[in-house]
Amino acid sequence: MSQLVFDPSKVMDIDYTKRTEYLDQLEALRAGMRTVKEVPFQPSLPDKGYTNRTLYVNVGSLEVTEKPVTQQMKDVFIGGRGFGLYHLWNAVKPTTRWNDPENEIVISPGPVAGMTQYAGTGKSLVVSLSPQTDIPIDSNVGGFYGPLLKFSGFDALELQGKAEKDIILFIDGVKGLIRVEEVAGGPEDSHVLAELLTHLYAEGEKDLPNVSVVSTGAAAAHSLIGMLNFSFYDRRRKCVRFKQAGRGGIGTVFRDKRIRALVVRGPKVAGDLNHPVDPETIAKTGIKYHKEIRENDGGQCMMRRNGTAHIVEIMDAYDLLPVHNFQYGSHPEVHKIDSSYWQQRCTQHTVDGCWYGCSMACAKGADGLVLKTGPYKGDMVTVDGPEYENAAGLGSNCGVFDPDYLLELNFYCDTYGICTITYGTLTAFVMECYQRGILNKERTGGLEMTWGNAEADLEMMHRMARGEGFGKIAGLGVKKMKEYFIQQGWGDPQLINDIGMENKGLEYSQYMSKESLAQQGGYALTNKGPQHDEAWLIFMDMVNKQIPTFEDKAEALYYFPLFRTWFGLNGFCKLPWNDVVPANNSEQPEAHKVPEHVQNYVDLFSATTGVKIDKEDLIMQSARVYNFQRVFNIRMGKGLRLHDAAPYRSLGPVTKEEYESRAERYDQQIITEMGLDPAGKSTEEKMAMHRKWRTDRFSKLMDSVYTRRGWTLDGVPTLARLQELGLDAFPEVVDVVKQHL
Amino acid sequence: MKQLVIDFQKCDAGRNCNHECEMECAVKVFKVDDPAQAALQIKAYEDGGGKAVLCDQCGDCIVVCPSEALKRNKLGVVMIDKQLCVGCYMCIGFCEKDAFMRNPDWIVPHKCTSCGVCVKVCPHGALSIQDVPEPAVRII
Repeated sequence: MSQLVFDPSKVMDIDYTKRTEYLDQLEALRAGMRTVKEVPFQPSLPDKGYTNRTLYVNVGSLEVTEKPVTQQMKDVFIGGRGFGLYHLWNAVKPTTRWNDPENEIVISPGPVAGMTQYAGTGKSLVVSLSPQTDIPIDSNVGGFYGPLLKFSGFDALELQGKAEKDIILFIDGVKGLIRVEEVAGGPEDSHVLAELLTHLYAEGEKDLPNVSVVSTGAAAAHSLIGMLNFSFYDRRRKCVRFKQAGRGGIGTVFRDKRIRALVVRGPKVAGDLNHPVDPETIAKTGIKYHKEIRENDGGQCMMRRNGTAHIVEIMDAYDLLPVHNFQYGSHPEVHKIDSSYWQQRCTQHTVDGCWYGCSMACAKGADGLVLKTGPYKGDMVTVDGPEYENAAGLGSNCGVFDPDYLLELNFYCDTYGICTITYGTLTAFVMECYQRGILNKERTGGLEMTWGNAEADLEMMHRMARGEGFGKIAGLGVKKMKEYFIQQGWGDPQLINDIGMENKGLEYSQYMSKESLAQQGGYALTNKGPQHDEAWLIFMDMVNKQIPTFEDKAEALYYFPLFRTWFGLNGFCKLPWNDVVPANNSEQPEAHKVPEHVQNYVDLFSATTGVKIDKEDLIMQSARVYNFQRVFNIRMGKGLRLHDAAPYRSLGPVTKEEYESRAERYDQQIITEMGLDPAGKSTEEKMAMHRKWRTDRFSKLMDSVYTRRGWTLDGVPTLARLQELGLDAFPEVVDVVKQHL
Repeated sequence: MKQLVIDFQKCDAGRNCNHECEMECAVKVFKVDDPAQAALQIKAYEDGGGKAVLCDQCGDCIVVCPSEALKRNKLGVVMIDKQLCVGCYMCIGFCEKDAFMRNPDWIVPHKCTSCGVCVKVCPHGALSIQDVPEPAVRII
């Protein structure tokens, strides 16, 4: 595989300012709105990254309260995901489920968020009890909402209760006004709703970039896989774009609370609104990194040209791209949806980036797509992405290699408010069930869910948005579909469980982990379920081969989930950490950690907050929150070893055709890894040998990782570990753990 | 477009002058008594040569600016709108000539705007404002 060279002459000539507009619906929306609560507040800017207060809104009782941020909150939970988990812990009981009024959605940007000088500093962290997993989910999302919330005066927003009618919560950080408005009628889907609300609340055209909207769409209300769109106004395209808090169904919680949208109007952004203690260090570190992107991105990942889709062909070349529900790792038609296509299809003549100062600019956009199906058929739209996960999940994993259909799937997932990763994995599961006769046309209500049938795929999604038939069943997610199919007697339960790619109730994201022990653990030994936020180890394991031994992999499963947690405490994006690296990185000790960038983060945190830390302190900050979250899971009835079990498809070949498609590799492993002889053995016998070897190896990995994390072999943090982290200061936390020791 | 041009046949890289160009720029344009803050910087090399760090108005910074704070004026000169600038410094990081500069006391960065105040004070007559074609917009 050769390095792709960008050829500007091949970029498609598409007018990125043209698309269907919906502003003619503005007056009708306005007419259906009625103010039910209005509360003044004193806007304030952060000091050393913190505003030192959070906002609580009960959308049912309409209680609006400010809460102070305590020193203990800052010391132990830092911000972002930490603040979200802290507030959620205090809000719920062990019996609380996602659709109980006391469940919360907490949005917190973190102390560093809103910095404009370094790439990837505009993130919001969203935390709630997940409808899919019944434990806390946290999602790291771009867009402008979090930074503008903080620049209005709040380090976090807690949303609790349930409204009787749809409401919009508007925070005006310029005028100092919090307003709850009931809304009757009007659009639900994000690409229409957010465009209208941005124009409704902005005070003139120049104010449009200072407004951000959080919304979801029609499918969130009829499924458990709803996500939240966080908007940002694209000045050059002159349109509202989105980044997604995708995983775990927070959009479903949002609609269950009858929240139609959150809107913030913040002050005009400038480079010093966080009032950091050491702006000079921030400026120098940011400029150094911008130069690094300029010099190295073209020869490394080409994030500025392709976004994360740059790894489609790499994953395919290394047999790691999920194809047909994670059965295979490559496909001959992948070239139709790899980055050589996307860098021609995505608009390259403009600025991308979901917060100011993001020189990595991975938020690519495909303009000028005319929709072929659904309620917006015939409309011309801008599609954000596709990111790698979408190309792989909606594309190869379902056998869809038509890029226009892939973009349409991506668009509808976004505007309907469902997670592309989850939808991709659950659709791949549906298609394999269809292939194997577990499902058929009668059971799907007429949908021919064959590999690559994008029209049926889209129709299933439209039914999900309408809450109809099989679309509603699919919207339950893989775990509940498995239970339902087994209950209906529709297939071999073991096969269904083996091929349903979920753990803890959350669908796998789009990497083939069969040959990557590190990624097997990276997916299953997680707090919130299988995703690549906590432990994206597949690249360093399988491509860069930086963690070759069992011990290296176990250590990586200690270090990286903690290191990566830290991004979510502060409002950072993870991509700038290792998607571009210094030119001499490979010569550095522990190159896989990208030591120069780790130091950048240490410096940026210290320079913002004035709290001097080093790289060990960084891990300690994360470890407190990570272990708190583990205990939170246990408190909610999960979080033990049995909940970290992995579906066998993620560990090894489930079916005969999977084995035989890679027979040479698997036979060789019998010799080299098991010390046995495959000669004369049937495929079934060899599959059984693999299953034993692979599940034993995974179990040993669990033992090693748990021990390294300071947990019992049942996955429970020990009292000694809690004391080491200072979490013994919280008697409730200790009480949860004591019941399991 | 108007571009500040330096002729190194005439400029001796500050060996026999007092960097009048830098001082005039700092004082007249940026109101600071510090030539290090000037929008052009004359550097002498040990081998007897030299170079000038200054903006040639190529416009790469316009392409990367996320807040549309950089635009060409009617003379083709790239100007920064301080009201729109968000202080991200991508213009500094992406300038291949290192011509976008930053004063630690200011949030908004600065650069040469081909104003020509330096031209008049150069004792060697090495500086001039010339009219050159605007380069094509690049994908950065």
